Amino acid sequence: MLAERDDVTLLAGGTDAMVEINDGHRRPQGPVVAVNRIPDLRSWRHDRAAGTLTIGACVTYTELMDPAIATLVPALAEASRTVGSPQIRNAGTLGGNLGTCSPAGDGLPVLAALDATVTLASRSGTRTMPVTEFMVGVKRTAIEPGELITEVTLPVVDGWQGYAKVGVRNAMVIAIASTCVVFDRAAQTVRVALGSVGPTILRCPDAEAHLASHVDWNTMSAAADDLDRFGTLVSDASRPITDHRSSAEYRRHAVGVLARRLAQRAATPAGPPGAPA
Amino acid sequence: MSEAEIYRLHVNGERRDVTDSWVGESLLDVLRDRLGLVGAKGACEQGECGSCSVIVDDELVCSCLVMAASAVGQRIVTVEGIAAPGTPSDVQQAFVDAGAVQCGFCTPGLIMAVHDLLDRTPAPTDTEIREELAGNVCRCTGYGRIIDAVQRVAVARTERAS
Amino acid sequence: MTIVEETATTGTARHGALGTSPTRPDGVAKVQGSFEFSSDISADGCLWGATLRSPHPYARIVSIDPSAAWQIDGVQAVITAEDVPGQMTYGLISQDQPVFAGDVVRYVGEPVAAVAADDPETCRRAIEALAVEYEVLDPLTDAEAAIAGDHPPIHPDGNVIRHQRIVCGDPDATGEVVVEGTYEIGMQDQAFLGLEAALAIPDPGGKGVELHIATQWLHEDRAQIAACLGLPEDAVRLVLGGVGGAFGAREDISLQVHTCLLALRLARPVRMAYSRAESFLGHVHRHPATIWMRHHATGTGEIVKIESRMVFDGGAYASTSSAVLVNAITLAQGPYRCPNAVVDGWAVRTNHLPCGAMRGFGAVQACFAYETQMDRLAAACDVDPVDLRILNAMRTGDTLITGQPVLNVAPVAECIRETAALPLPDEPVGGAPMPDGGPDVMKLPGGAGRTADASNIVRGIGWGASIKNLMYSEAFDDYSTARCRIEDGVVTLKFATAEVGQGFVTLAPQIARTVLGIDDVRLDRIDTLIGSSGSTSASRQTWMSGGAVNAACLAVRAKIFEHVASSNGLDAETLLIDGTDIVEPATGWRQDAVEACAGQTFDETAEYHHPPTTELDEHGQGSPHTAFAFVAHRAVVDVDPDLGLVKVVQIATAQDVGRALNPLSVIGQIEGGIAQGLGLAVMEEIIQIDGVIRNGNFTDYLLPTFLDMPPVVATLIEEPDPLAPLGAKGVGEPPTISSTPAIVAAIRDALRQVDGVGKPLHRVPVRPGDICL
Repeated sequence: MLAERDDVTLLAGGTDAMVEINDGHRRPQGPVVAVNRIPDLRSWRHDRAAGTLTIGACVTYTELMDPAIATLVPALAEASRTVGSPQIRNAGTLGGNLGTCSPAGDGLPVLAALDATVTLASRSGTRTMPVTEFMVGVKRTAIEPGELITEVTLPVVDGWQGYAKVGVRNAMVIAIASTCVVFDRAAQTVRVALGSVGPTILRCPDAEAHLASHVDWNTMSAAADDLDRFGTLVSDASRPITDHRSSAEYRRHAVGVLARRLAQRAATPAGPPGAPA
Repeated sequence: MSEAEIYRLHVNGERRDVTDSWVGESLLDVLRDRLGLVGAKGACEQGECGSCSVIVDDELVCSCLVMAASAVGQRIVTVEGIAAPGTPSDVQQAFVDAGAVQCGFCTPGLIMAVHDLLDRTPAPTDTEIREELAGNVCRCTGYGRIIDAVQRVAVARTERAS
Repeated sequence: MTIVEETATTGTARHGALGTSPTRPDGVAKVQGSFEFSSDISADGCLWGATLRSPHPYARIVSIDPSAAWQIDGVQAVITAEDVPGQMTYGLISQDQPVFAGDVVRYVGEPVAAVAADDPETCRRAIEALAVEYEVLDPLTDAEAAIAGDHPPIHPDGNVIRHQRIVCGDPDATGEVVVEGTYEIGMQDQAFLGLEAALAIPDPGGKGVELHIATQWLHEDRAQIAACLGLPEDAVRLVLGGVGGAFGAREDISLQVHTCLLALRLARPVRMAYSRAESFLGHVHRHPATIWMRHHATGTGEIVKIESRMVFDGGAYASTSSAVLVNAITLAQGPYRCPNAVVDGWAVRTNHLPCGAMRGFGAVQACFAYETQMDRLAAACDVDPVDLRILNAMRTGDTLITGQPVLNVAPVAECIRETAALPLPDEPVGGAPMPDGGPDVMKLPGGAGRTADASNIVRGIGWGASIKNLMYSEAFDDYSTARCRIEDGVVTLKFATAEVGQGFVTLAPQIARTVLGIDDVRLDRIDTLIGSSGSTSASRQTWMSGGAVNAACLAVRAKIFEHVASSNGLDAETLLIDGTDIVEPATGWRQDAVEACAGQTFDETAEYHHPPTTELDEHGQGSPHTAFAFVAHRAVVDVDPDLGLVKVVQIATAQDVGRALNPLSVIGQIEGGIAQGLGLAVMEEIIQIDGVIRNGNFTDYLLPTFLDMPPVVATLIEEPDPLAPLGAKGVGEPPTISSTPAIVAAIRDALRQVDGVGKPLHRVPVRPGDICL
């Protein structure tokens, strides 16, 4: 049907689309397909041989917080826990987060930091692309008419990973700055992705390279100066704007603080190998 | 699902035909305006306040963010389905007794959320109560008496079970 | 009127009487979802109404073309200013606000037209189809420009709503220690959850209308509606629809006139209901204010003089701005003695959203300034902030800077001492360790965002105390009416007191049970078929409508006593109520009160008026206020200095309540009021840029959640006020007032621990960047 008609509305959890419909900003003109009722899209699988986790587009945030997934990608579980309220997490999906592609989408920095890939299906087949290419701009993606997000594939990484998010409330708040940090012990790389400080999720190559080369991968420690430098480089990589939610200055500052703190949780300045907090 | 605007919902154990809804209409509006079930309240239209909380297939959701037609075939429970009129559930009675109700507009949504919480977590900690109910905003009470009501039910249920 | 003491029971009160906490009579309906809020009310053949609003802060309306709207199937009516049959404007104090904008719009969201249609979706399309041509004008968005006269008048009444000075004692007095600062308070929204909604049912023949409406003051609404409809007041009947919170936002007219106009035009019932976005535009807000304040004190910290300049931005229309301003300037000294003062207050008109009543009503803005000043004074004098406040604490008989003596019970020092005596939180930063040994992230600033570790956090403690005037001020003849009827041993009370959640429907039967000794008390419908009760605002209904219910019950009791006396050969003057019996103490005669009334009907209506107040003279002198209540707050706050995030850990409070008539309801008011004070301290603000609201929704206008609001520990200071009809003071507003400065003071305290200096934080809400940048 998607291939034949251009007026189809795809509805996953509804937590974004229904806001627009309720506001009167959007009225479905043709059929609505509730893709979250499609069983394949609501399942996930761990391929141990490949070291990957593949998550159906309509897996909800509540499901992503389940220990079975959380132990494989703890940062995604942490990010999921910050999404809205229990009601939103029961309905909202990872595929919906990608489809909306807000720079404040909580799952997206984790996907970007893990170099996840997105699978899109259409009548002519499927294609897969890196999530960083999928996300084009503010609420703009590389999805083509007739395509449907079916799943996301993430590497299961050996090493510490974490997500942190700032909002002006202790629950149920949109990120005004968010950061995901992943330490890959096998590859001896550090990966950082930022939310709400650019038109889309940003990676920080300079900061990543700096920290990766200054971490003692045997003891999982780093000098305080290097952690500070890491935070500064992350701030430098941000491209925030000022709006009613926050100032650009604060956002830039906040991602640096978050990145430094996350890195410190992974690589203690002096101590033993860092375990997940 | 097609463009049909006639469908049947399964609400509080009954089959209810929806005949005059527009495509995209929220479950909240269909419950209130088409089916006459006004217990769920609308206060934000964005899933930010929890006043419209209902349970769909055992999941607590904001009915304002559920497209009604997408809930065909699912089991919907609203506050009207919690207990018969005049015979409140233990959670409902605890809200009354503990002073957890002032204006009462957030209350039906909270009743749904607390039943859901206590079904899953019979003896929640203070943090668990706060995190699980954080999607239900109350502007009158400052939440203190609501937490008291939840704890009263948890204690009473535990005592009954033992 | 019979004196109060007779109603005060001694010993243990029976359940349901005054001093106990019976459950709400509407409680079961509310928890079961069957309570009918105004948004739940419908009628057969009902149409829907909707409002077209201005997208511009200031513009001339060139034309309105409804033709496209009329093309839509199901559209029944389109009305504009031309269709208002009576007075074109309304308002609580001055009638300066148009029912519909005529030639000029003065704020974003001002009603321009209304439509009625078969259903809400058709209404929405009709509103979109209305074509309005505007000539955009240069908006006035700077309150100082309004004062300076730098902008042409945006309204025929001018750009200054009120200017009032207060000069007290020696204006040239000076103190050894001088501290000053400029403070800013952001625009707060009441954010009641139950959105504006109404149902209007026209009388056959169009000679009248019945309006079911969620409001704070049925009779004032009726007077304003009737004037605009061009109908006599008795042709407009109002019935209170279930009210989902109010907090001041339902004191002004919103959709009342529009709904009635559409219903009368079409001779069919019409419903209107606002969305959340529309609600932000459709009711008044708490005034944003800028307050400069200077304190002079002795070297030991005794206040010698205050000087202040207060500027309140009233937005496009006056609403209650002049009264809000008077509260702020007349309470500028706080709950402290102050012999000399020079205060200059301005309430001005701009092209911002109109501002009016919100819980605390001017006292909130003043308190943030004077309490911040008290902390600065304590620091300058090297005195503990608690000691400084106690040193200056007002007592009964002290005077306001208007010259008015404070005749009420004034336990300010007790409130502060009792607050200080309450236990501090026993949990460390981050709470007790979790099973994995880590902190409970939900107890750290940032919550689930996992922004901090316990080592990043600093804990601070701050103080606040405040004074609030109760009831209306400045010579307003404030009264309330109630009727008590006994028939077959059942008491029925009638009043027009708006129940907005505060619990008057619980309290009124308690009064009747106590006065009459009869437990079966029922409530009649709340409507305009009885005299006015005044507004549910200004912490006044327990005192005023409680006073009226008490008076009506006492009048009925006198009739019962006469009946009992004549039937039993007793002297009515010697009879008393003891529990559920009527007794003659001297002889031991007693009879059950219900039995005593068997077969009899008694029916009395009473009005309660408080003693008159006066207007302020040109020097701000006079006795404008009726009564005062006091409170102290202590906040414990965990602060993340590097990210600027805060988590309020505990609020302790001791509040002067006079007498707790329903202790559970009092606690509910205290906790709920503190939550709103917390909101103003750290998150709640309507943001307008160039006169355009940017966050009119609950995604961006943030309210405290379960994870933001801490536990409250409270002590009730109970010293019955002899001036209050039931000994009880209003309790609704004080919790909101000084909780805000206490929280901000606690943040400052934490930041001072970090570097020995800290941050001034002269603006609320405090934003993360204010703390860490």
